[in-house]
Amino acid sequence: MSAALELDPRDRGGPAQPLLVVENLKKHFPVRGGLLNRQVATVQAVDDVSFSVRKGETLGIVGESGCGKSTTARLLMRLMEPDAGSVIFDGDPVGDRHGITVNDMRRQMQMVFQDSYSSLNPRMTMAESIAYAPRMHGLGRKSAYDRAENLLSRVGLNPRQYARRYPHELSGGQRQRVNIARALALEPRMVILDEAVAALDKSVEAQVLNLLSDLKQSLNLTYLFISHDLNVVEYMSDRVMVMYLGRVVEAGPVESIYRHPRHPYTRALFASKPTLDPDRRTTEMPLTGDPPNPINPPSGCRFRTRCAFAQPRCAATTPPLAAPFEAAAPTHVVACHIPEAQVYHA
Amino acid sequence: MLIFAIRRLLQAIPILLGVSLVVFGLVHIVPGNPIDMLMPPEASPEVIAQMKAAFGFDKPLYIQYTLWLWRALHGNFGLSVFNATPVWGQLVEALQNTFVLAILGAALGFSMGIFCGMVSALYHGRWPDKLFSAIATIGVSLPHYWCAIVLVLLCAVLHDWLPAQGMGDDSLPLYDRLQYLVLPVVTLSLIPMGVIGRLVRATVLDILGQDFVGALSAKGLTRWPVIRHIAKNAAPPILALMGLQFGYLLGGSILVETVFNWPGSGNLLNLAIFRRDIPVLQATILVLATFFVLLNLLVDIAQAAIDPRIRR
Amino acid sequence: MSDITLQTQLVSRAEAPAAPPPGYWKSVGQRLLRDKTTMAVSLLLAAILFITLGAPLVTHYDPYVGSVLTRLKPIGTPGHWLGTDETGRDLWTRLCYGGRLSLLAAILPVTISLIVGGFLGILAGYAGGWTGTLIMRTMDVFYAFPSILLAIAICGLLGNGLSNSIIALAVVFIPPMVRVSETVTTQARNLDFVEAARASGTTTLQIIRYHVLANVLGPIMVYATSLISVSIILSAGLSFLGLGVTPPQAEWGLMLNSLRQAIYVQPYVAALPGLMIFVTSMCFNLMSDGVRGAMDVRLNK
Repeated sequence: MSAALELDPRDRGGPAQPLLVVENLKKHFPVRGGLLNRQVATVQAVDDVSFSVRKGETLGIVGESGCGKSTTARLLMRLMEPDAGSVIFDGDPVGDRHGITVNDMRRQMQMVFQDSYSSLNPRMTMAESIAYAPRMHGLGRKSAYDRAENLLSRVGLNPRQYARRYPHELSGGQRQRVNIARALALEPRMVILDEAVAALDKSVEAQVLNLLSDLKQSLNLTYLFISHDLNVVEYMSDRVMVMYLGRVVEAGPVESIYRHPRHPYTRALFASKPTLDPDRRTTEMPLTGDPPNPINPPSGCRFRTRCAFAQPRCAATTPPLAAPFEAAAPTHVVACHIPEAQVYHA
Repeated sequence: MLIFAIRRLLQAIPILLGVSLVVFGLVHIVPGNPIDMLMPPEASPEVIAQMKAAFGFDKPLYIQYTLWLWRALHGNFGLSVFNATPVWGQLVEALQNTFVLAILGAALGFSMGIFCGMVSALYHGRWPDKLFSAIATIGVSLPHYWCAIVLVLLCAVLHDWLPAQGMGDDSLPLYDRLQYLVLPVVTLSLIPMGVIGRLVRATVLDILGQDFVGALSAKGLTRWPVIRHIAKNAAPPILALMGLQFGYLLGGSILVETVFNWPGSGNLLNLAIFRRDIPVLQATILVLATFFVLLNLLVDIAQAAIDPRIRR
Repeated sequence: MSDITLQTQLVSRAEAPAAPPPGYWKSVGQRLLRDKTTMAVSLLLAAILFITLGAPLVTHYDPYVGSVLTRLKPIGTPGHWLGTDETGRDLWTRLCYGGRLSLLAAILPVTISLIVGGFLGILAGYAGGWTGTLIMRTMDVFYAFPSILLAIAICGLLGNGLSNSIIALAVVFIPPMVRVSETVTTQARNLDFVEAARASGTTTLQIIRYHVLANVLGPIMVYATSLISVSIILSAGLSFLGLGVTPPQAEWGLMLNSLRQAIYVQPYVAALPGLMIFVTSMCFNLMSDGVRGAMDVRLNK
């Protein structure tokens, strides 16, 4: 794997440099209302999020719906302008005078959307959809269609059968394969998968997940895997990041997070995960109530309103991400003030 | 709900201002002064200047506009340039006649449209559906002024069933005067019938296809409660279209009024155009357009009252 | 693995050389050919176009020359199979020639509003923000007038004549055109595939051309066709009121108005120009329905 990495002429910093570094990313949406449509509040969709993705790894992002996972993906692709924060792609700040442009970044980082139907142009055949981006980037018509057909067979669809089909003629799983092929058409180094398998049937989901693993191996891709499905994230990811109401509450290697979740929210989240293994049954209290309104979220730690361990200091200051069990798990970071809350009751 | 109504009311104000600006501006995009068009070419410059001053056409445009709008808000549209009688009086009389036609025409057209649409939807794909769909298509592309002529042809020329023109004398007994109403009202009712029928059919079919109707039937509810649910869900879009269509009847009656020589606002407008009677023209258009805006406002509020999803 | 290895690997997996896929419009055309109503209506429209544009081929009379001797003859008169009008001109000839102005006065305003309104609507829909709000609020003001009223007001003030009636109708049709194009553009713009195209790093113009226009032009064109149906009625209506084409020119609305005076003498002849307006309007209406159906990829395969 590392040998292949060195072969990639686009690799600038070598394997030690993270492919993507995100620092203090922030996006607040204004909420308008009242008689004169003035701004009455803000939704802090993504608030001060920092993380990095190493070359060749898969970083999973989990959280309930509305926690800012998808907004983060859109901010990374610059489908939305962030309010603050920086994105550094392989050492180059994106959109910065000294770095690379947004368009250069998009050639190397692509995205697969959740809705396989609406993310394909209904007026274009599969081959046209896949060939579109390479053609717009200057590849000839013939070569672009050749590439599209090759990619179709790569994602397991016979081009003779599917190249000329329209989106409505395919099943959801087939369409999502096409979406993956389209994301690969520019030969990116990194792919963001935003709930890419969430809308699929379980059996189809497994096939697509295996396809993604194979593609990652053979094309040396880096994934950012966003999902609300804890099992799928565990299967796919090398590292996992847990988000709650626009903030990162916990991050670390997948085994460490799944075996010893530290943050009360993560533990509650995992407790609600259905499991068939009697040994893994937890005594943890399941999550109660709805997440608080993201408009005007709680001060300090945002989970404190649902946390059994909450203390006054949780409302006063926001806990920073720290590695409390440094000796055992140096890369496992948690944002929680209360050490007792982090002890795992097995 | 109240906030929605107030906000919607506030939104109507700039639109009404814009409407008044357009009505006022229309007169002034035409090259030359309204007085120049009216006066005979041999009129002396002094007389023209005198006339301009008398009608206020000598002042700068924005002053003319403000003055005009201010007076219009008080129901004062000045004097007709043609016969020097107050515009407002003429307009009120004409509007009454138009309203009689429009309300009766709308009532007849809407009920026929709703009936046809409902029957089509309930007999989806069978012969009543096909028949009414054909009628609706014909109704939409029927030039109503031609339709008026054909009706006159049938009922007044070939057979002596009904009077062809006018609205009858006040001295006539009520029954005879009602006869004058029949042809114009029937003609007007054909304008909204096709459009309403189509929308009712589409809306009802759409609702019939939704899950909750099946659920209602599955719950054992009999026909009538189900139809009441359908009506409640179909009402908002149909109501909106009815508001629009009623506005079209008010403004669009000009052609029908011309054929039947009905002394309504359309006829007044037509006369004003040919007499170059600018004050009458401006007043008629402004009042009709204001009605139209207020009508839409009412429809919006009524819609929101029925369907909470529309309130934003 | 590098670009080069990816390329070679992909090529080795190729099964058949890529032929460019067939266009979307081709399949729409195929579906239209199978639709009987639309084909019948198209044939009828073609026939109307033929007798109007090719009027000298189907009649040898002059549309402007009549004779007092042949005034107001009924339908079926030898030599004048549709009768004659109030100045003795052959009605069939007048109807053929009259269609030229009627169609011109109906189609031109729609074309103008299609270009102007379509541009403004797509701009408002894609740009959004202040530009969009400004355009849409201005259109709301024009929307406040019932369409016939606005057309009559503009035409009445500008004075009668063909060009003024065309201008008046274009002004009337621009606001609904803007609204329709704004709505479809906003819908298309928010779909994931436009986001996906943006994410693939292509320019705004490319996205508008390949993704927005392709999905937006169809509905806009269908709407324009249905507007022609309205436009025929309205433009003839303006002439009927004496606000459009001026005598002695032949135009269906104008002919209807002048023959109306003779309704007690020749009732059936008087109704003929209106029949032409009605049939033409209905043909455009049905055709727009047919095209709309054929363009919906999801409905019919």
